[in-house]
Amino acid sequence: MIRLAVVSGKGGTGKTVVTAGFAALNDRAEILADCDVEAANLELLVSAQWAHTSPFEGAETAVIDPEKCWGCGRCAELCRFGAITVGDDAVAVCEARDCEGCGLCERVCPNGAITLRPRISGVVLRSATEYGPLSHARLYPGSGNSGLLVQTVKRQAEKHPGAADLLLIDGPPGTGCPLISTVSGTDAVVVVTEPSLSGLHDLRRVIGVCRRFDLRIVAVINRWDLDPGAAGRIEAECAALDVPVIGRIPFDPAVIEAVRAGRPITVTDSPASRALAGCWETLRRELALTWRVEGPPSSCSAGPSPDCEHHTEP
Amino acid sequence: MKIVVASGKGGTGKTTVAANLAFALSRSREVVAVDCDVEAPNLHLFFPSPAHELPVRVPVPAFDPARCTLCGECGRFCRFGAISVLLTEVFFLPDLCHSCGGCRYVCPEKAVRDEYRTVGSIRCARPSPSLTLIGGALGEGEVQGPAVVRYTKQLAKGAPLVIYDAPPGIGCTVIETMKGADACLLVTESTPFGANDLALAAEVARQLELPTGVVINRSDGDDRAIRQVCRELGLPVLMTIPFDRDIAAVQNRGGLIAREHEGWSSRFSTLFNDTCGMGGAA
Repeated sequence: MIRLAVVSGKGGTGKTVVTAGFAALNDRAEILADCDVEAANLELLVSAQWAHTSPFEGAETAVIDPEKCWGCGRCAELCRFGAITVGDDAVAVCEARDCEGCGLCERVCPNGAITLRPRISGVVLRSATEYGPLSHARLYPGSGNSGLLVQTVKRQAEKHPGAADLLLIDGPPGTGCPLISTVSGTDAVVVVTEPSLSGLHDLRRVIGVCRRFDLRIVAVINRWDLDPGAAGRIEAECAALDVPVIGRIPFDPAVIEAVRAGRPITVTDSPASRALAGCWETLRRELALTWRVEGPPSSCSAGPSPDCEHHTEP
Repeated sequence: MKIVVASGKGGTGKTTVAANLAFALSRSREVVAVDCDVEAPNLHLFFPSPAHELPVRVPVPAFDPARCTLCGECGRFCRFGAISVLLTEVFFLPDLCHSCGGCRYVCPEKAVRDEYRTVGSIRCARPSPSLTLIGGALGEGEVQGPAVVRYTKQLAKGAPLVIYDAPPGIGCTVIETMKGADACLLVTESTPFGANDLALAAEVARQLELPTGVVINRSDGDDRAIRQVCRELGLPVLMTIPFDRDIAAVQNRGGLIAREHEGWSSRFSTLFNDTCGMGGAA
């Protein structure tokens, strides 16, 4: 199975639209995963039918028993995260959203008033969609710990029964913990960027982080015609970084219409839809290299041909 | 007054709103703008100016081999798997360390001391005499985003008027950004994605008891759905920015509509007054 993640660095460049577009174009068995657990939107484009939910236990957090607490304040003094305060009533209270679960307070409490307990900080979901099973999640607002939830979503997708050729992941924005959890173990990432100064700046950062992993990186420029000059600078930057640009998608009001209608842009015909189909064809040729390891693909025209040993830009 | 500009969904225009608000207000008073989107910091792109850079350093343990008896207490204590006590040495993985200081505390031999590791940087600039820019940036491949946000915000402590540009999402770094603010502006767009993520971000702001208003960005005129969501959430819509290729172009090249397009500077001043008023009403 090929593991492909769609990422961006900068938010709002069109990751979810691209992911859903690829999901609809791919004609091989696929599993979908939405690793943007803080703002999960893929389900809104693939008509997801919730089939299974399970609670997500984030890291443990400290719980203080007010009956046992003497209010000595040792825990509050040593907590480096400022999670514990001793109130006027001389009882220590731990604010769960600030607690990192290190356990130092539990260790130092002279009265055994503190225990670390798992905290339910979200829900892990498994849904059926027209394009294949979807593994996704909802992080409860104010919980934190999204990196761990990303791992849980990925693990659930990997364990899905039945063979699939592609694990297609809608990634989170940013370059930190959730992004690192998303791209680790993938074979390739598609970086979706846009022709702006911010888009260019974040593209560099996200490529820098992805380079730390053994994976293939390609880029897509979304809404490129809003600033063709900036799009050109992004292409030059990608060339300098040796990252192939597999396509440019024009600004197209049909995209917002498709999002409002809750369907992938690629199920209807429009300029953006055609551009995305072109990206997918190029990507398929790229990925065919890996697909061949597990036997020649039945429907990928570029698959068994020796041509795809060497990637060539169209 | 400390105002946080957040969104839930990425790319809705947080930085646009934060940058224009800071610029418009700096015409009449001292403003400190703080970029807390440490994973993808972009606020400085709108205010090119020379900057000082400071490292963000977090404490990590250093083990003194002369004192360490390899008893293994620190390794048993560390819940993050950062310490393995081997037969002849202590093996430490700094990437996994949360800087809790527990290993130092539990060591019976006092063989652990704090050392400092750089996990990010803070960029300080003064693009105009009344505008100070403080921007956090997480180091490449690092995961201690909340720590970088915390240190970045500290540098703005005591300033009378602070604007925080938050990261997208509703996770650790967003919570760290919102903590201690007086009011929150949520920037959204009129799509189902915008509506879904607005509700999530509004819930975080509600938990932190921040008076919250909404800015609808890139409006194509059909905002009924998003306005309905705002009504249901009890959030006032304080500003609407239309979708317009000119506005997008100004933004994309790092310009400010409050500087370049007539009328926007006073609109952002009004947005500030409405935000303060909302705080008073709450």
